[in-house]
Amino acid sequence: MSTTDKASTEASHEPAESADPGDSAALGDAGAQLSTAPVEDRGPVGIGVIGWARWFWRQLTSMRVALILLFLLSLGAIPGSLVPQTNVDALKVAEWKDEHSSYVAVADALQLFDVYSSVWFSAIYLLLFISLIGCIIPRAWQFVGQLRGRPPGAPKRLDRLPAHTTWSTGKTPEEVLALAKSLLGERRFRTEAGTDHVAAEKGYLREAGNLIFHVSLIVMLVAFAWGQYFKSEGGKLVLRGSGFSNTLTQYDDFKPGTLFHPDDLPPFSFTLDRFDATYEMSGPQRGTPRDFKAYVTFRDGAHGAPQKREIQVNKPLEVDGSKIYLLGHGYAPIISVTDPTGKVIYKDAVPVLPQDGNLTSTGAIKVTDGYKDKDGKSEQLGFNAVFVPTFAGEGMGTMFSQFPAPLNPKLMLNAFHGSLGVDSGLPQNVYRLDTTKLVPFKDESGQQFKQKLAPGDTMTLPNGAGTVKFEGIERWATFSVTHQPGSGLALGGAIAAIAGLAGSLFIQRRRIWVRAVTGKDGVTVVEMAGLGRSESARLPEELADLAATLHQQAPSAPTAPAEPRVEETPEGERG
Amino acid sequence: MTPLAAAANENLAQISNYLVYSSMAVYTLAFFAHIAEWTFGSRSKVARTAAALTGAEAASAPAVQVRGKGGATAVLDRPKVTTRSGAGTRDVPDGPGAAGGTVQGDLYGRIAVSLTALAFLVEAAGVVARAMSVERAPWGNMYEFSITFSTVAVGTYLALLALKKNVRWMGLILVTTVLLDLGIAVTWLYTDSDQLVPALHSYWLWIHVSTAIFCGAVFYLGAAGAVLYLFRDSYEAKLAGGGKPGRIASSVLERLPSAASLDKFSYRINAAVFPLWTFTIIAGAIWAGDAWGRYWGWDPKEVWSFVTWVAYACYLHARATAGWKGRKAAYLALFAFACWIWNYYGVNILLSGKHSYAGV
Ligand code: HEM
Repeated sequence: MSTTDKASTEASHEPAESADPGDSAALGDAGAQLSTAPVEDRGPVGIGVIGWARWFWRQLTSMRVALILLFLLSLGAIPGSLVPQTNVDALKVAEWKDEHSSYVAVADALQLFDVYSSVWFSAIYLLLFISLIGCIIPRAWQFVGQLRGRPPGAPKRLDRLPAHTTWSTGKTPEEVLALAKSLLGERRFRTEAGTDHVAAEKGYLREAGNLIFHVSLIVMLVAFAWGQYFKSEGGKLVLRGSGFSNTLTQYDDFKPGTLFHPDDLPPFSFTLDRFDATYEMSGPQRGTPRDFKAYVTFRDGAHGAPQKREIQVNKPLEVDGSKIYLLGHGYAPIISVTDPTGKVIYKDAVPVLPQDGNLTSTGAIKVTDGYKDKDGKSEQLGFNAVFVPTFAGEGMGTMFSQFPAPLNPKLMLNAFHGSLGVDSGLPQNVYRLDTTKLVPFKDESGQQFKQKLAPGDTMTLPNGAGTVKFEGIERWATFSVTHQPGSGLALGGAIAAIAGLAGSLFIQRRRIWVRAVTGKDGVTVVEMAGLGRSESARLPEELADLAATLHQQAPSAPTAPAEPRVEETPEGERG
Repeated sequence: MTPLAAAANENLAQISNYLVYSSMAVYTLAFFAHIAEWTFGSRSKVARTAAALTGAEAASAPAVQVRGKGGATAVLDRPKVTTRSGAGTRDVPDGPGAAGGTVQGDLYGRIAVSLTALAFLVEAAGVVARAMSVERAPWGNMYEFSITFSTVAVGTYLALLALKKNVRWMGLILVTTVLLDLGIAVTWLYTDSDQLVPALHSYWLWIHVSTAIFCGAVFYLGAAGAVLYLFRDSYEAKLAGGGKPGRIASSVLERLPSAASLDKFSYRINAAVFPLWTFTIIAGAIWAGDAWGRYWGWDPKEVWSFVTWVAYACYLHARATAGWKGRKAAYLALFAFACWIWNYYGVNILLSGKHSYAGV
């Protein structure tokens, strides 16, 4: 143990190893306040509630507790990646619960399905941020103090510092110190003249960077919280040729933040003119999507002029702080239905929902009004539909699509009649048939009547109940409209955080002292020494460079030996 | 795509594969050269004497000569800077390196480094050929990540060597892991060259994925330093406590740099990459905002990037906290790197999320 890097030990009562009284005395104040890291606390000072409260606060804002909380935060985030999360994929949560039924109670109690909004996870990060605020404020004050302070005077023995050099020169001490002061000043050190020395310090930006980084973390948290409260997110399926206007009633589903107000929705509308999808046509990844593009006519405001726009997967359309994303796409078979008299009573494009990557889709066709059976009785018709854009072919034994593009589209319909149950007042899934009050049509052999149709095909319902025609295929795309306030603030915070971090990690805070005194033989002895944080590697190099420059201006005295101490370098260079 | 162009691309993909296999062959040669280096070095007595623990004060002052632009005489006139190691470190000099100061060992070491440089060029060419064959950034699947990953790790190592940093001690470990990485890549992770799913059609792919791979590769060097630090530190502690480490352990460990140097190396690497890792995550969030309509959704990949980030932040904090310097901090660094590796292999293969693309 040769020297004490006071800078690093003041924040850390390193046991035993730094207990070298000679060194500490030699260093004095010189190493103080090279950082603003809080000093570790031993135990409660004073008695009573206030003593303990203060101790608790000191603990909470200490580096050690910050470290523990950080570690807990990283551990606490892990379960959320192993157990499905409700807000990510509610379906998977249900599956998981089925598979691990014996753990469900425990998992629920631990809020394992909502880790990131759970009480315990929130507790960790809230404590961490309280700790952070409690840490930053005093550090900021301290830093302001340090900014206004002057570099501390030189320790008695400069040769005890991590980097040291000395030589003798013919110049007077005053001359040397003046030269040193201007040299250090030129290198943008803050300098302070002592009685027989010059003290200099540089790298305050390190501390500033560190503070900026930690403050930015708070800014980002605030931005996220803000976003959570005021955000809104809605989804809408739009058929080609149809439109959407941004009001609450138009959404298929809508998830607002707690403080969101519907008036916050910016007024705009658009129509989907065209949708293009391209897929890998060959190779092992045949069928993998390559490109999706939605062409829309967009109107900003209630009566804005129509503008042609494109929306792609990576390129949302931005409007007034909202973004319109292209999420998914699928097919909508166009169906027309005639009653027994041959009158067309229904014609619509019916969106069906994709079930796999090749867009095997399912849905339901519901003819709610206008149908009268042969006897003139009012009834409703319902069809379960399975649509495949690329059918494997007859006898291939599968109704799963082979490719996502409509190369050989087929529609399979199961026909029902009776009551669709849409008037029961309960909200109904438009993609699913409620068959409780429906009667299947039967074919001659008494089986459920069903038929596979190609575009243009017509199927005739049994007993002259009417016809169903598969007229063609329309496409649809789903869009999500999100409004995320605070993301600009979060981005600003993030950029500041990186900048601060870079400053904090790449800039060295260091001190240099130059002492010049008249030696016994009347020649001036110059001593230079440097002190930095413990990690400083460039310090000796910088000191060497400074020394070389100063040495040029105050060269070694010709009479005196150039190097009083002859030292062996044990094994080449170090540092 | 016309059939002709497709054929040309198939060719390039084929060439890329040959290049990657060739680089593996050259890395294997480098591996054996390093083994020879360590073997010859183990016979050296120089190593043992040089690395022997010396009394603290006596060895504490390795002088750094200040080099001037002038000739040799000028150097004599210049002041010498004496350095001392910081608090809490033993004043142990660095070991002589794998070659142990032997001429033959050094020769093999140099051969190993040259072969590594050659293998690096061949592998880098393989990555470029792959990129040309798919006409996009070569980071669409795990095979492509893996070949880029080792290329970057070796490239960084060679760059540090070129900057005259003392890193040759890690040559053997690096070459071994690179072979492992490439072996896994060509056997289990291989995916034919192909186009990307729409979510990856973005310039953010260049920004986010390249920095992610770069960070991982360089964090790897930091982690290797941390592991060696732990071994070397116990070795030094044992010697300082009067114990006698095993023969093989001594032979290997005495030639490594001192624990203090290894620790510093690992810290500097990790600290230098941490801001870039922060940037990677933020860039990823921005991309996710564009591609999926939300910036952060706690997708498994996002969770583990966050965990890795916090773990590295933890490590940096630990270095400034009482009682957490040294070994404990090194364990944290290794934990953080383990999180990174898990995020790469574990999450890609075992957990499903939005980050699963073509093949693996
Ligand atoms: C939100 C969680 C936090 C994160 C992600 C974080 C991250 C970091 C990082 C990455 C550094 C390294 C930069 C450097 O070495 O200069 C650092 C340094 C530092 N942090 Fe934090 N920090 C957090 C909370 C805190 C808290 C709560 C405190 C106070 C108790 C604190 C006090 C410090 C101090 C004093 C340093 C500088 C250490 C030194 O001077 O070397 N941090 N922090």
